[in-house]
Amino acid sequence: MFFIKTKRIIISGCRNFKRSGFTSFASILIMTVTLFVITSLIFIQAALNSSLNDIKEKVDVTVYFVSDAEESAIKNIEVALKNLPEVKNITYTSQDQALVEFKERHSNDYLTLQALDELDENPLGASLNVKARDPSQYESISKYFESEDALSKGALTIIDKIDYHQNKVVIDRLTSIIAGAKKLGFAVSLILVIISIIITFSTIRLIIYMSREEINVMKLVGAGARYIRGPFIVSGVLVGIISSIVTILIFIPVSIWLGNQMTDFVGINLFTYYKTNFLQLFIIMLGSGVTIGSISSIFAIHRYLRK
Amino acid sequence: MIYFNNVTKKYRDNVSLEDISITITQGEFVAIVGHSGAGKTTLTKLILAEEKPTAGTVFYESKDIHKLSSRDLTHFRRKVGVVFQDFRLLSNKTVYENIAFAMEAIEKNEEEIFQDVPHVLELVDLTARASHFPHQLSGGEKQRLAIARAIITQPDLIIADEPTGNLDPINTNEVVNLLKKINDLGTTIILTTHNKSVLDQIKKRVITLENGRVIRDDKDGKYML
Repeated sequence: MFFIKTKRIIISGCRNFKRSGFTSFASILIMTVTLFVITSLIFIQAALNSSLNDIKEKVDVTVYFVSDAEESAIKNIEVALKNLPEVKNITYTSQDQALVEFKERHSNDYLTLQALDELDENPLGASLNVKARDPSQYESISKYFESEDALSKGALTIIDKIDYHQNKVVIDRLTSIIAGAKKLGFAVSLILVIISIIITFSTIRLIIYMSREEINVMKLVGAGARYIRGPFIVSGVLVGIISSIVTILIFIPVSIWLGNQMTDFVGINLFTYYKTNFLQLFIIMLGSGVTIGSISSIFAIHRYLRK
Repeated sequence: MIYFNNVTKKYRDNVSLEDISITITQGEFVAIVGHSGAGKTTLTKLILAEEKPTAGTVFYESKDIHKLSSRDLTHFRRKVGVVFQDFRLLSNKTVYENIAFAMEAIEKNEEEIFQDVPHVLELVDLTARASHFPHQLSGGEKQRLAIARAIITQPDLIIADEPTGNLDPINTNEVVNLLKKINDLGTTIILTTHNKSVLDQIKKRVITLENGRVIRDDKDGKYML
């Protein structure tokens, strides 16, 4: 009997869905808007993350050494820094390289170049450019140079300056902006998703409200609660499935357009992102659609099934 | 079968039924008459547990209908067929499906549905309309469909609340004859009406309500208001 009942519920749900043409269309429309909002927020998060990563990449700390520092001593510090968990990578610039780069930078500044030529020896020191895994970790990296380990390697005598102290304000500010942007992005997404879910829920509730008389008749005919509820849930699930397919189709031209027009602005090609994550995105949409559709139906019909 | 024990039903301060005690036995055909607002529909709603009494109890056999669990209430309703003045059909289902739904609700298998529905459709003369939707039917056809839905499950009791209220005399005749036939086969029928000609046709027990009280209970079908 369970099999027959399930079959009847599914057939009846599909039939109701098909026969209530306009109301089914309205719920698909509302659900599509909800899924569109959810997917857009995923896109915005991806774009935001990519922009934030770009900014993070631009933040670094450079340790300048005095001009007579031994290369081996610098290498010792480089190895020690590499072992720190916060450090992502280190670039070593030798004295000679620093001179070449300096000359390149000032190729139009004849006076400076002439002054440089007047000197017998290279006044520029070697440097280590350090990139952290996260901007908030620069402080702990700069603190390393005050640690006993660094001091034992003679850091105090060979380090000329660390530009973290000059950039501290900028780095701190950037760190808080990044953290803030993430929090704000999450909060806005959450609010928008909740609003769309409430709208979808209300629409489905309204549609079931219109059927309250029929639900009452079904009860009087002797149909059990599950048998009455079943077809409404099936219709809700169908709305979810169709809406997720519609949304995924809508996003094909949308992401192509965004990919063509907005790649420079947002930092990633959203069409490529869409193609790479297609399956994942579709599963999220399908899952959200089916869950919202069925749970809304269950909640909405509950009050009419009490005695 | 059905026993009203000092039943009172009030809607806020408005008394709909007052201290009603009636016994209806198996196989009876009982007509309940009275002016609009006399309490006829409230009485049927109390039997179906659509409403709860303010005081007193309504029994089906030995069980208090209003104390049944949700599950038992569903099972009780399966023994009762209902016909309403406003038909209350399932608008999204065809004539065939409306009748089949009542059978599906009581968990009949496909073969039984396939066998019984055409038979009942023939009985109420709706075979040609099987694939139509309720909004495509005339008033008389809708009421015959409602009766078909009520009898398909072979209930012990049929409650018909003003089933002829929206029908012309010819359709009224048909519906009454149909109900009489069903009663002859042993089903108890409770019919509410304010149509004198219906009572004259039935010639069965008549209970007269006025302002929520039973003022008359005749065995021979007199209409006196």
